[in-house]
Amino acid sequence: MRHTISIIVANQPGELSRIVGLFSARGFNIETITVGKTLEPEWSKATVVTLGDDRTVEQIIKQCSRLARVREVKAVTSLPHIEREMALIDVSVRSGDERQEVMSLVEIFRAKVVDISHDRMILELSGTMDKVDTFIEMLRPMTVNEVTRSGCVAINRLSRLMSDEVAVAAGA
Amino acid sequence: MLEAVSIAQNVANEVHVPTISVEPIRGAEILMRALVDNGVDTVFGLPGGAVLHIYDEMWRYREAVTHYLVRHEQGAVHAAEGYARATGKVGVALVTSGPGATNAVTGIADAYMDSIPLVVITGQVPTAVIGTDAFQEVDTFGITLPIVKHSYLVRNVEDLENAVNEAFYLASTGKPGPVVIDIPKDVTAQLCEYRESRTDFLSAQVDAPACDREMLGVALERILTAKKPVFYVGGGVVTSGASDALGKVVEALGVPVTPTLMGLGGFPTAHAQCLGMLGMHGTYTANMAVAESDLLVAIGVRFDDRVTGKLAEFAPNAEVVHIDIDASNIGKIRKPQYPVVADARVALEIMSEMLTSKGATNHRERLGDWWGEIREWQKAVPLSCEYSEFEIKPQQVIETLHEVTNGDAIIVSDVGQHQMWAAQFYPFKRNRQWINSGGLGTMGFGLPAAMGAQIAVPDRQVVAIVGDGGFQMTNQEIITAIQYKVPLKVLIMNNGYLGMVRQWQEMFYERAYSEVDLSISPDFVKLAEAYGAQGLRARTPGELKAVLQEGLDFDGVTIWDIVVSKEENVFPIVPVGGASRNMILK
Repeated sequence: MRHTISIIVANQPGELSRIVGLFSARGFNIETITVGKTLEPEWSKATVVTLGDDRTVEQIIKQCSRLARVREVKAVTSLPHIEREMALIDVSVRSGDERQEVMSLVEIFRAKVVDISHDRMILELSGTMDKVDTFIEMLRPMTVNEVTRSGCVAINRLSRLMSDEVAVAAGA
Repeated sequence: MLEAVSIAQNVANEVHVPTISVEPIRGAEILMRALVDNGVDTVFGLPGGAVLHIYDEMWRYREAVTHYLVRHEQGAVHAAEGYARATGKVGVALVTSGPGATNAVTGIADAYMDSIPLVVITGQVPTAVIGTDAFQEVDTFGITLPIVKHSYLVRNVEDLENAVNEAFYLASTGKPGPVVIDIPKDVTAQLCEYRESRTDFLSAQVDAPACDREMLGVALERILTAKKPVFYVGGGVVTSGASDALGKVVEALGVPVTPTLMGLGGFPTAHAQCLGMLGMHGTYTANMAVAESDLLVAIGVRFDDRVTGKLAEFAPNAEVVHIDIDASNIGKIRKPQYPVVADARVALEIMSEMLTSKGATNHRERLGDWWGEIREWQKAVPLSCEYSEFEIKPQQVIETLHEVTNGDAIIVSDVGQHQMWAAQFYPFKRNRQWINSGGLGTMGFGLPAAMGAQIAVPDRQVVAIVGDGGFQMTNQEIITAIQYKVPLKVLIMNNGYLGMVRQWQEMFYERAYSEVDLSISPDFVKLAEAYGAQGLRARTPGELKAVLQEGLDFDGVTIWDIVVSKEENVFPIVPVGGASRNMILK
């Protein structure tokens, strides 16, 4: 099962490699990892998407918590949450039809065209990892030249009671 | 050494008495001053290019800090481990960059596996050339990353003092472990004020967790209703100094206790409630009791594979109370019904209070049937060995050593068959009386660790028990002991084999003895004499006791070459992956 774990770690050289090293040394899998500053510049937040059963995730959290420069570890996916990944996709469009096909997919997925030439387009999409997967899958009949994915970021919802649908309706 | 002392006297005016300084001083002195302020008076090390400034200060601080010049950096770290294991204090090793650091890696890993508090200071090439494949450059921070509790690459002299202070804090609090401080050469030359700042830490979450009294209370209620409880206690009891509290609790409860290899000494082996060690080479009784128990109370242990054997059949009918300071150990291997994240001593002291407030109950009587079963196992299969008229049995060596040391010596073991025999046949009576490389199983650990222990505890008799294999991995440190007049006693159990491997080849590989024959070895007595040590040999049972006594009576370094029967096996043995109740007994 897929889990998203967020780790607040000191923004210092070597600390991220300590976390990544711990994952490989303990045999934990990393699907995606992203890192950025928090509001306090001396602390960073790493978001790791991993595959494993509940016991594995419990071990990951406990092992990461042992690191001296880690302040907080939590399983974002254990509570209602929002997750987003961004992708930049370079796709070839060799005819007007293909361009129209791409444009309709862009509309359906609420993606954006961020660059264009005579025979290629660069698309930007953000959404859940599943949505990004599906978008790329739908583009496959065209020639997809390159895909760059950001890895997943996630945050817990404000209200634990609010269902996903209600929250989306509220503009979350 | 004598020459060094006379030079020291000539330049005595150069000796610094550490004082508070507002004048900028160089990084090397900041390091030395911070070491002294953290209570360090003993350092094991070996100099090199990257640590020349540090050694220059070491010379000035020689009144405050005694430096032991080892002959190989692995010896420095094992000696620092022996020092730490014998006292609980932080051991300190100092090595140069590149090969100095890589030679230290085995010792750091050893300390990591057994949770030993160490601060290992490594020199590094100057910051300007880091990453250029400079002479004697290696990525020490990267190489040691998975085997440290924490580590530093100190790039600015302003960060040095704090790094040292924090390193000592991290190494010794919570679950102890090794901390590496990698210091580029230029940082040790740069100037900075010494601030005497001690608490400017970014994160201090390694403090011991508060004990969950409620869960502990629930666990205790469960213990009071258990029909076949067993206390399974490990290194956490030793590390936290929980022996007294453990004794009180188990005596009040009347329960059987089995220590792990790392827990030996934490509960007296000769105590009527002690079943002996459990696990792969544990006693029949301990393994049977665990297999039959309905409640396993695991304290300061991590369900190591050498303890559990086949996991599904380890205490299969038992509920588990697991008390450990490291939350990641709880549920890692076996999910407990009663998890308590706590320092072992704190938890046991609270348990003891709870029991006192409950008032006296005769638990021994309640557990009468259980003890009946246990006594039957003890009678059926005691630890034993048949002595021979013609050759010395290794178990006999341990029993005789126990006799001539009045059971009082600190035993430091290397790794292999002799380690298991020492664990089985030397009854330990106090905490930190047994020192060995448990987790990593490092051959070569014993001799330098014994030297470090003897330096730390000069009033106690320390004896290293090593095999003829492991001895040859680190015997260069004999000369260090000679140099500093450390009365190191090293007992080689010489069976002419890499014995434990040979035993496995005999039992599980149809006696195909592949590359285990050490019959071509140096003459250990002559070797001892070449070092200026006393070399003694015993070949027959009749001379064993006198030879051991002669070495103990000698005021200096002694190497005993005790020639033992070549193909003796360690029993009981649980084959790897087998259920721990299915022991091979002979």
